[in-house]
Amino acid sequence: MNIPLNRHSNILDFSLSSLLRRKSKNLSLLVVYTLIIFVIASLIFFVQALKREAAQLLKEAPDMVVQRMVAGRHDLIPAAYGEKISAIRGVTSVSPRLWGYYYDQVFGANYTLLVAEGKPVEPGNIMIGAGVARNQRIQASDMLTLKTSANEALLLTVQGIYPSSSELISSDLIILSAEDFQAMFNLPPGQNTDLAVTVANPREQVTVAAKIAELFPDTRPILKSEILRTYDSLFEWRGGMIVVILAVAVLSFIIFAWDKATGLSAEERKEIGILKSIGWETSDVLLLKFWEGIVISLSAFLTGVVLAYVHVFFFSAALFEHALKGWSVIYPQFRLVPVIDVYQLTVLFFLTVLPYTAATIIPAWLAATVPPDAAMRS
Amino acid sequence: MIELSSVTKTFNADRHNQFTAVDDVSLTIEPGRLTILKGPSGSGKTTLLALIGCMARPTSGRIRLHNIRTSFFTEAENSALDITSLPERFLTEIRRTTFGFIFQQFNLVKGISALENIMLPAYPTGENQADFRRRALELMELFSVSRHAASPVEWLSGGELQRVAIARALVNNPAIIIADEPTAHLDSKLSGEFMEMVGNLKSEGKTILIASHDPLVYDSVLADTVVGMRDGRITGITGAA
Repeated sequence: MNIPLNRHSNILDFSLSSLLRRKSKNLSLLVVYTLIIFVIASLIFFVQALKREAAQLLKEAPDMVVQRMVAGRHDLIPAAYGEKISAIRGVTSVSPRLWGYYYDQVFGANYTLLVAEGKPVEPGNIMIGAGVARNQRIQASDMLTLKTSANEALLLTVQGIYPSSSELISSDLIILSAEDFQAMFNLPPGQNTDLAVTVANPREQVTVAAKIAELFPDTRPILKSEILRTYDSLFEWRGGMIVVILAVAVLSFIIFAWDKATGLSAEERKEIGILKSIGWETSDVLLLKFWEGIVISLSAFLTGVVLAYVHVFFFSAALFEHALKGWSVIYPQFRLVPVIDVYQLTVLFFLTVLPYTAATIIPAWLAATVPPDAAMRS
Repeated sequence: MIELSSVTKTFNADRHNQFTAVDDVSLTIEPGRLTILKGPSGSGKTTLLALIGCMARPTSGRIRLHNIRTSFFTEAENSALDITSLPERFLTEIRRTTFGFIFQQFNLVKGISALENIMLPAYPTGENQADFRRRALELMELFSVSRHAASPVEWLSGGELQRVAIARALVNNPAIIIADEPTAHLDSKLSGEFMEMVGNLKSEGKTILIASHDPLVYDSVLADTVVGMRDGRITGITGAA
């Protein structure tokens, strides 16, 4: 081995035994540091996984949704609108949709009621999301009673429960037949909630939307890209809460690093003096402190990131899912698909490991610039 | 050989608390001999040791080291190296390779083992760790402290601490040993043992320089030269060749 490499390995060796002799101090440093990294990395993993989850599920969303507006509010749209829209050049198909919300007073939960387009369920039957099943404590072939808008009980048989893989979106879902839906909300026939429009050429979507708005000034066409953007900003809004948590975590880190930076004890100063007096250069002392900082910060970073990965992808971010997932009492329970954003992890690395290492080196550098004869006078 | 010409060290120059610790000292320290700097507290002994040991630079005057080996001077140039105005990096190298220091308070690092304390000066040299570890263990054997190799230094007695401190001073195999009041914290028996060890080192050809006001040291038969000091000046030299 050559001399510079030996020097590094020798000083790294000494820095390890140096760390071990202040076991409790360094262990508590490591725990706090790991905890901060764990919180930040969990947030990063969690938000990325949620965004990916939403994007995956919205792949199936229609190219465009046309809603009718009355007095600036979303209202029912007549089926006749759909016929005229399908005649517009470029429109492949128009499917009328029926959906709405139902508040269950007994369980205090909001459900999304939807009439399925592809495989409709028979009247009297329903398909439910896993959250509804949990909330109502029911399973397939059980009966579910909903109260119609005429205050009558509507008895429905559970045909099946959606798998938990799509639970983020389907958790609070009840799929029912058009007849049952109309009975639930006392809807007049030929009225729909909105229209799903398919446009073959994505470039024509904006033109088609403009034509629809011109043909029916009381409608609002919403493009898929706009839905995606809304979802994105929804998660970003949640990201807003994340920013608060992130700010707290970063602030804790700054306080922690500052404490470390100003916390060079008299004993540590004396040791630096001794090292200098027996032939250590200032750069040797800095190398020692650098290795001490790197050992702590790198261990904390790696441990924190691994723990965050396990927390988010194996335990579905159990520590803060209630705060960040779902907006009713039905919390989705699903295992997030692992997504690692290397860029964000790299940023996290540079925002934590580097400042901490610098915070370790700077006070040591100040102490190491003392003249070596100071140790002779102590 | 160490040669000092009109060396002066002034602290806080041009300030109200200006203080001259070493005042116009000229001295020649012969190689392979035991030289004692004798004098009361505040006579400038420690400062003079620090100047010779490349820990501080003189305010004026010259210090020359003869026949020392460094990476930045060839043998031919090396015959007399003026260390007065060398940059810190070079002074550190000389301090590390040429001098071994024994401090009054021992200055051992607490919490690490006696063996690691002895190896400390060798860590930044870039030498293979196995080599200087072996050397450190041999020194522990020599000074009968082997059984404490793995013990933290705070478990050791005063005499054992002294021997660990000497072993540390020797780990880089320096030509010159500098000791500042080495017997200040030792009883007469341990001081006698220390002088025995000094005798052994001297017989190995080491140049030894001790600052002390302990009669056990400056009256020792081992002492070749005793330099008396007071108020930063030399008051007399006895036994000079």
